[in-house]
Amino acid sequence: MQIPLVYYLVLGDEPYLQANECTNCGARFFGRRNACAHCGHREFKPVRVSDTGTLRTFSIVYRAAPTIPTPYVSAIVLTDDGTSVRSNLINIEPDPAKISLGMKVKLDTYVVGTDDDGQEAVAFGYAPT
Amino acid sequence: MAQDIWVLGTHMTAFGRYPDQDAVDLAAAAALGALDDGGVTISDMDLLSCGTLFQANAGMGQQVQKQIGQTGIPVYNVSNACATGATALRTVIMAIRAGEADLGLAIGVEQMGKMGLLAGGARKEKNVYEPSGRFGAVMPIDGILGTDTMPGVFAQAGMEYANDNDGVGFEQFAKVAQKNHAHSTLNPLAQYQKEFSLEEVMGSPMQSYPNTLLMCCPTGDGAAACVLVGEERFATLSREQQSRAVKISASVLTTDPYVESGAMQPDVNTLTRNAAQAAYEQAGVGPEDLSLVELHDCFATAELIHYDNLGLCEPGGAGDFIDRGAPWRDGDTPVNVSGGLISKGHPIGATGVANVYEVATHLRGEAGDRQIEGANVGLAHVIGLGSSCGVHILEKSGI
Repeated sequence: MQIPLVYYLVLGDEPYLQANECTNCGARFFGRRNACAHCGHREFKPVRVSDTGTLRTFSIVYRAAPTIPTPYVSAIVLTDDGTSVRSNLINIEPDPAKISLGMKVKLDTYVVGTDDDGQEAVAFGYAPT
Repeated sequence: MAQDIWVLGTHMTAFGRYPDQDAVDLAAAAALGALDDGGVTISDMDLLSCGTLFQANAGMGQQVQKQIGQTGIPVYNVSNACATGATALRTVIMAIRAGEADLGLAIGVEQMGKMGLLAGGARKEKNVYEPSGRFGAVMPIDGILGTDTMPGVFAQAGMEYANDNDGVGFEQFAKVAQKNHAHSTLNPLAQYQKEFSLEEVMGSPMQSYPNTLLMCCPTGDGAAACVLVGEERFATLSREQQSRAVKISASVLTTDPYVESGAMQPDVNTLTRNAAQAAYEQAGVGPEDLSLVELHDCFATAELIHYDNLGLCEPGGAGDFIDRGAPWRDGDTPVNVSGGLISKGHPIGATGVANVYEVATHLRGEAGDRQIEGANVGLAHVIGLGSSCGVHILEKSGI
């Protein structure tokens, strides 16, 4: 049994991220909105976000809360359909020499924890292609 | 046309650690200092605005009144992240402009102690995963879906600028911190007053690449206050009071307008650009007219991008700006000659008042060893993540 880390990760054979898209201006949001932060319109539709994108910015985090494994690479990815996503970069060495701005990345998922009922939490990250 | 507002008196405590005093003591010291400096008393004040972030529900303004005078005037307690102090100032400015007050006192204060990394909340795993919160998260997402920590968020803001502009990297960011540490050696009010070489800055423990420890502001305690006066009352003051007063020629507060990436990475650029543009228009000056700038260098990466946001350099030219030494105290536009948040310190609620104190002190020609000679116009900028941006432009009295 698996459960996504957050609602906007849709699990299945090909996991993907789902955004709420404003039916007026096309602005996309993860999580619910009462009205569009861009245009004020009140109607949204769920859309599948592109799995591929480019690395817009990153930081290699060494200092975090005690239970968080460090270092890890925090990133903002701009997907090929123009949506910004925050996540970790995965399957990459946390070394600035190995990470280049603008590099191509692709969505991937992994098990991030298991609860007492054996249920697995699935997280997502972006890996170099 | 709304009436002009002047800083009549201003004071700040040294920033640092005060284990034997509480925030009320610090705020009261700053308030009394500002009143004395302006040659007025609490009885002259028509309102008080007090900013603090971490004790926002403590009625700090009323607690200060118990220390310095309970005159029954209205108190506005304000909280606006790192723009808290600027918001306290603006509250008094708006009251005077609205005609509800002639004189008012704005205080910013914070006692943080050694509270450590902000927004790095501990992870507490549930035994059984249940979606909760806006995103239906089954566990805290900080560190899994990127970072919430301040050094990391501002690192990403800097690296985004590096992505979009040539000639910006780790070394340029580090040079910012090298400068601010060097500047702080001349400021007796700074929490740290120690110079470091570029190698030492780059070699200090990495917090969030590219921000090393010496590129991050510390937590700390401190307070600052300003007495503000409207021009009608100003005209009745003594010549000495008038000549030491500093004119507030622009006062602006903005929030972050929608941008596509804003929900994922706080946009600290657009609201700063909007605030700066409005402030330059209000004051009728441009960035080239500024004798000094105190800007919100919570992290070295932040300062660098604000060179561009405030129009201090050519668009895209922040890397070159620091490389050629332009923001050093002897450069084109001295930036953070106080040592900035990085070395002067950043007791959050105090910061937006303390940077007005710093600029005003230079415009009065009273900044001692760190005085920028001939300073006549200065700008103070703060950003509170979430987000709010305050910009004040101050001018020397012509009297």
